[in-house]
Amino acid sequence: MKSNRNDAEFRLAWVGMGLATPASFLLTVLYVLPLLCLLLLSLTDYELGATTLSWLGTENFQRAWSDPVFIRSLKNTLVYMAIVIPGGVLLSLLVALLVHQRARSRSFYEVIYFLPVTSTMIAMATVWQFLLHPKLGFINAALKAAGLGQTAFITDPTWVIPSLALIGLWQMIGFNMIIYLAGLSQIPQEIYEAAEVDGVHAGWERFIRITWPMLTPTTLFVVVTTCISAFKVFDTVLALTQGKSQSEVVLYAIYLEGFQYFKMGYAAALTLIFLALIFAASSIQLFKMDKKAHYA
Amino acid sequence: MKLKTSDVISHAVLLGGAAIMLMPFVWMFFTAIKAPSEIFEASIWPWPRTWYGFAHFQEVLKSAPMGLFMWNGLVVCSGILIVQVLVAIPAAYALAKLPFKGSESLFMAILVALSVPIQVTALPLYMGLSLAGWLNSYFAQMAPFFLSMFAIFLLRQHFKTFPDEIIHAARIDGMTEWEIMWRLVVPSARPALAAFAVFSVVAHWNDLYWPMVVITTTELAPPPLGMLLFANAESGANYGALMAGATLITMPMVIAFLFARKQFIQGITMSGFR
Amino acid sequence: MGTSLSLDRISKSFAGNKVINNVSLQIKSGEFVSLLGPSGCGKSTLLRIIAGLQNADQGDVALNETSILGLRPNERNISMVFQNYALYPHMSVHDNIATPLMMSSFSFWARQPLIRNFWPGNRSTNFLIEEKVLSVAKSLQIETLLDRKPGQLSGGQRQRVALARAMVRSPAVFLMDEPLSNLDAKLRIQVRDELSQLHKSIGATFLYVTHDQTEALTLSDRVAVMDAGQVLQFDTPQNLYQKPANLTVAKFIGSPQINCWEMKADSLGRLNQGEWLVQGNLQLSVNSKVTLGLRPEQIQVSHNSSEFSQAVDLRIRARVTRLENHGPEWIFWAEPTTGKPVPLTVRASTKSMPKISLGDTLWLGWLLQDCLVFDHQGQLLNINLIPGSPA
Repeated sequence: MKSNRNDAEFRLAWVGMGLATPASFLLTVLYVLPLLCLLLLSLTDYELGATTLSWLGTENFQRAWSDPVFIRSLKNTLVYMAIVIPGGVLLSLLVALLVHQRARSRSFYEVIYFLPVTSTMIAMATVWQFLLHPKLGFINAALKAAGLGQTAFITDPTWVIPSLALIGLWQMIGFNMIIYLAGLSQIPQEIYEAAEVDGVHAGWERFIRITWPMLTPTTLFVVVTTCISAFKVFDTVLALTQGKSQSEVVLYAIYLEGFQYFKMGYAAALTLIFLALIFAASSIQLFKMDKKAHYA
Repeated sequence: MKLKTSDVISHAVLLGGAAIMLMPFVWMFFTAIKAPSEIFEASIWPWPRTWYGFAHFQEVLKSAPMGLFMWNGLVVCSGILIVQVLVAIPAAYALAKLPFKGSESLFMAILVALSVPIQVTALPLYMGLSLAGWLNSYFAQMAPFFLSMFAIFLLRQHFKTFPDEIIHAARIDGMTEWEIMWRLVVPSARPALAAFAVFSVVAHWNDLYWPMVVITTTELAPPPLGMLLFANAESGANYGALMAGATLITMPMVIAFLFARKQFIQGITMSGFR
Repeated sequence: MGTSLSLDRISKSFAGNKVINNVSLQIKSGEFVSLLGPSGCGKSTLLRIIAGLQNADQGDVALNETSILGLRPNERNISMVFQNYALYPHMSVHDNIATPLMMSSFSFWARQPLIRNFWPGNRSTNFLIEEKVLSVAKSLQIETLLDRKPGQLSGGQRQRVALARAMVRSPAVFLMDEPLSNLDAKLRIQVRDELSQLHKSIGATFLYVTHDQTEALTLSDRVAVMDAGQVLQFDTPQNLYQKPANLTVAKFIGSPQINCWEMKADSLGRLNQGEWLVQGNLQLSVNSKVTLGLRPEQIQVSHNSSEFSQAVDLRIRARVTRLENHGPEWIFWAEPTTGKPVPLTVRASTKSMPKISLGDTLWLGWLLQDCLVFDHQGQLLNINLIPGSPA
């Protein structure tokens, strides 16, 4: 009997390994090897098509910190995130709170707010380019009519990042709203009833004492995902500014170095910096997921 | 039905926001059917004064193979989805029900890889594909996405809740693991698979970065890249045509969303509640 | 002390369904009243209307003769314990219990999160609140749990915290919505006992919603039996058992369920079923349909026809078709050997009948005065039954 059971377990373990093989293979080829490759590249001065390369050690990384374009792209990305993260979290929370109460018009609002999320960003960015156009766009036309003059949203360095951030917000709010709506529906009605009996009525008090604290895990998730997706901003920059007017963002700088200038070594170093920052943000979420995965 | 002031304010705020959400779409569509002269007038209101018809659309269709872009999108997204599912299901089943030495580490590795975006692995993958001469192909567009860590995570969670007793009974009945997996366990995860399918298709249909890196010919461009090429080809002032192009590119996902709203939202929410 | 609570012609509909239909109840000060009924009968909705969490379409709710209809829940001098306890998961046990006091002792600005620490005059109020919370916690033996969060407590502990939160404001009326249903059987009995003690010591009016008749009958001074939005009978447990106002109440109260026979009065107003022939002291209308009810515990069992431990009026023979041994008693089903083979449920102590087996033929006997007679609409008829004389 005992040997039978061991055989069965043994056999099943082999089957398991076999079934997981395609995934393991792809994991290696698509992630492990590329990451190793990046690591190696970042220590060289390799350029695509070059026949020789030399070892640079950490020179690429040091260069990154004094590269004005890269530093500016980091700053721009941080400014972008500073607008998009609070805006994306608070505005979507506000909308979710308002929509959650509506019984009949809820799906109507869900659809409208979610529409931007499904749209192709590069196409909509072109639309925004038109809307923000100094001469042809209706926003400047409205500003002119209100006597506020016209603003070069996309070509003026002071305005370009905030404009991109607003477009990013526009696309993101619906997504976060849906997440918040799911979080809100997990709050049992009984808790609100107990609160009423205790004197905590609907409105500010209920929000600050009950709703907001109970949404903490949801808020954490929204902050982290907004953070990560803001950090990955690219499409709007590509469509609207191509990095001009000092509007480079981290991904765009990396893209230029790697796929326009073909400086693979340097681009690899920049990519690793990018990855480190993404990891820092993801690890919070990763930690939570790991906990859930093990207790699931 | 009495109307409370709080309701009125609620609706006012929501409708205001809704107007902002819809504004680009409205302007996109109406500009596409406006005469060029009207477009240059830069008015505050979107609707055209005179009927211009769909000439801009015709322009676009003449200069850019929109249909081809859509077709490419379809091919690439389906290819990605099929392989993702075929790889993820066995892996998730093994991780959920067939523990083996190293399965813990594999799962950890998958969780970690989940936070590595395509933009990071793009560089070495591009170099690899270039060496192999496989650039500028459907395969190149699909390959990096064949492994969906999210699918594995999602399905593993799901499979874990499948009762062990049923699997034991099936084994006693003589079913092989392969049969158990496909005939018993997978059908139970149908809603999760449906939601994942939506999530995957939307993500990859709208993806620009990777296609831009690997595709150099118009014939293989998926919709976002097609839009980019088209916008670059236009000398930038023909907003009528640009808006028409944008309308055509955005239409498929929007229509799909309107029809499969519940699945879309479920798919997106699932990515939220991992 | 408690207050009287009166409900006057309350009605409520949801989406066209009448969930509560013209319910009126007068509950005395300090009484323990249960609302008993199956799921969906409207009892929880009624409780929420009294609490002020839902509005009735029609009718009035009054405390001590004063209508509380326009008042918010926290202004009504009531507290509520919920089925799932509804404890605030992010707050400690202490803060959970303190919340009602905090909301009522401080003005709006004085109680806002940061301002509270600096608002003048708060310190003495805070002190009073602390005292009250501690004393309530001690009385329920949860003072050691004050720093924990609800997630760290067992079901029984959470229930006490919910109770403490309800007690801390010393309300006039306690509303309870199936508070014991999430506890395991043993704990349920223990807590039931404690609730009873609590009621006696506080003296407030308790209104308790449940679908479990044992809880309702053992805890309450009076029970309102509800079904389909209406109160079928509002009476003491004793009266509900002995004099159910209608068939629905008779079937609902008592376990196992009361035995029922449908009969038709003959041309002489007598009831004729096989070996029985009975008539009432009041004439039954000729050919009217009635239902006779007899509780399983009122049937006596013997192996032969003359040896019943107490007097019986009627006896029949029946064959045991199903048998359960519950330890101190049997519960079995027996089909009469003559007449319609409608099985009777019978309870018999294992002491008096040490041996019963499946298939045995036994003698069953009962007193006619124990039988309940209901008319064709299910209403109780005030009739004494006597053995009839053959025509």
